[in-house]
Amino acid sequence: MSSPSKVDKVLERHSFAKRDKLIPILQEVQAEDGYISKAAALRVAKHLNIPASKVYGVATFYNQFRFKPVGKHHILICRGTACHVKGSAGVLKMCEEVLGITAGDTTRDGLFSIEVVACIGACGLAPVVSINGEFHAKITPDKLRKLVEDIRKTENSNAAK
Amino acid sequence: MKLTVNGKSVEAQAGETLLNVLKREGVHVPTLCHMEGMLPSGACRICVVEVEGQANLIPSCSYPAAEGMKILTNSPRVINARKTVVELLLGSHPDDCLYCAKQPACDLNKLSRDYNVTSRRFPVQRKKKPLDISSPSISRDPDKCILCGKCVRVCEEIQSVACIDFVKRGSDSFIGCAFDSSLNVSSCVNCGQCINVCPTGALMETSGIEPVTEALADKNRYVVVQHAPAISVSLAEEFGLPAGTDVNGVMTAAFRKMGFKAVFDTSFAADLTIMEEASELAHRVKNGGVLPMMTSCSPGWIKFVETFYPEMLPHLSTCKSPQQMLGAMIKTYYAKKQGISPGKIFSVSVMPCTAKKFEVTRPEMGRAGNPDIDAVLTTRELAQLLRLHGLDLKKLQPEEPDLPFGDRSTAGKLFGASGGVMEAALRTAHFLLTGKELGNLKVEAVRGQNGVKEAKLKIGALEAGVAAVSGLGNARKLLEEIKNGRKDLHFIEVMTCPGGCINGGGQPFARNKAAVVERMKALYAIDAQEKLRVSHNNKAVQQLYKDFLGKPLGEKSHTLLHTKYTKRKAADVG
Repeated sequence: MSSPSKVDKVLERHSFAKRDKLIPILQEVQAEDGYISKAAALRVAKHLNIPASKVYGVATFYNQFRFKPVGKHHILICRGTACHVKGSAGVLKMCEEVLGITAGDTTRDGLFSIEVVACIGACGLAPVVSINGEFHAKITPDKLRKLVEDIRKTENSNAAK
Repeated sequence: MKLTVNGKSVEAQAGETLLNVLKREGVHVPTLCHMEGMLPSGACRICVVEVEGQANLIPSCSYPAAEGMKILTNSPRVINARKTVVELLLGSHPDDCLYCAKQPACDLNKLSRDYNVTSRRFPVQRKKKPLDISSPSISRDPDKCILCGKCVRVCEEIQSVACIDFVKRGSDSFIGCAFDSSLNVSSCVNCGQCINVCPTGALMETSGIEPVTEALADKNRYVVVQHAPAISVSLAEEFGLPAGTDVNGVMTAAFRKMGFKAVFDTSFAADLTIMEEASELAHRVKNGGVLPMMTSCSPGWIKFVETFYPEMLPHLSTCKSPQQMLGAMIKTYYAKKQGISPGKIFSVSVMPCTAKKFEVTRPEMGRAGNPDIDAVLTTRELAQLLRLHGLDLKKLQPEEPDLPFGDRSTAGKLFGASGGVMEAALRTAHFLLTGKELGNLKVEAVRGQNGVKEAKLKIGALEAGVAAVSGLGNARKLLEEIKNGRKDLHFIEVMTCPGGCINGGGQPFARNKAAVVERMKALYAIDAQEKLRVSHNNKAVQQLYKDFLGKPLGEKSHTLLHTKYTKRKAADVG
């Protein structure tokens, strides 16, 4: 659950906003909370006097909005043109298989989340993924699986200590 | 202005859409996403036509007519494009048309035949989405959805509920509730208007046929049926008879042939409702109760107020709907009179409504864990049940309904049309407040298809302001006016569906609004022809008060015929 006060703070900045401010408000809510919670979406809907189904419809239209908090290790997978040509579809598929979630989702243990981005701006390194801001160049499905497994091992041994 | 359609010169008004012009000229243009009387959305592209000098085909539903246009509506290019649209839609549509409950009314199926589509040209691997069968009223099959958006528009623009919308984007998009919740936890009011506009089988009523056939086959059950005022003037269409044909007598005969032990008329309970509701209105007027009082027959409307306007609940009449009043009478008074245990009775109601399926599940609508109504069938489902039994309305002899709930006034019958409850209530309220019958029983101002009908009426010393609204969007506007201080209204009738029950979510799929108008005319024709036109002179109702209930608003009435409402939570309303 998001703390309502953070959403309230965003809405205070948009006291007389109408429905055309929906997207900027959602962006600010996500910047504060890291994702769009149900409670936050309902508050925004009420504030703008629009149905919650509309807020959800708009928010799901755009890849930028998330409906769960990001994981401890947030994996950005570039699906831009250059990365696509270099096989990023397979990288994404492997990532989804290894983690058992689809893009935009977070694993139940909260360790991993996947996000697909259109271009990360590092086409020379294609295909590229970024985990918590650290770029991994010329990634392959196998390399990515290894990366994820390594993180998991470290996390598991930390948890055991 | 002048333009040419298929070589023929035609007249058009400025600002008119091409589709409008073509329809008036009798030129058939197929549509899927177009909705009569609403702004075009141009989503489906099935209505494309060729305009000379334009490189691309244009959608006629959203393109304005212009001087000198030369239009071709059936050129090979047009036909080919339309066929391709159908083929693309079928590319991701399931092939189970033989088993689809929508048949034979599916628009997509009709188009596929009209455009000679004989095989699947674009096989698409479908992402199977789960059925949503959470609602007691409406079942959704997202796989059959073609994303025309009509359900979304009717829910938002006509009903102002907006519990569904497009979710996600492009080939991932689907119609869903906020947070992808199921329909039953959303603010859906169960009206079923989405079913009526759906061109495919993606939206259907939740079927109640199986429990009814099982009960009919069970020798230990005593199966009785009641039918709503709108049913007898709507059912005919399912059997190829003209819209507005009254089949009351043969329908009664058909019920008996199927094994129903008693056939009752919900219009009788409508008379009973009027006795209680007009008394309640008179009581509120005399004692300074909450006004304006609003009718409570339409369960979608009740859920709407409970969800969106809980602060307005004191305005609702505490009367149960006619269905629930008769349900309560059947399992108390009638059961006792016949010497049958209420638990043995299986009470079926046939309603033009999908929200009635929800209403019977409300925990307060029964006694000791035994619901008053056991199953609700829509008009469409009744037609299906008749077909199942091989019964053809055209070949039956009319029969009389069963007593003691068979006689009705025409006032009760008027409940089927928007404005009818108002008219019936005014006839009786006038009598209750002044001791005299209303001079002219016909209250013209509340008749007709308008969504908002208002009138001023003199009842003794009181200058009564009344309004009959249908469609929840209209109701919402009126509620807002009242919240903002409007004070000239005393009594408001609200029907969830535009036009009232004759256009309910469980009615035969009408291809145009004309059928709904005919159904309404049929109800008013009955009112014009018969002698007993006021609820308070219904002898059967008087007898029921004498034998059992005592008097309107009395103690028995209070426990059996009245109810309470509560604020309702929904997953999508904060």
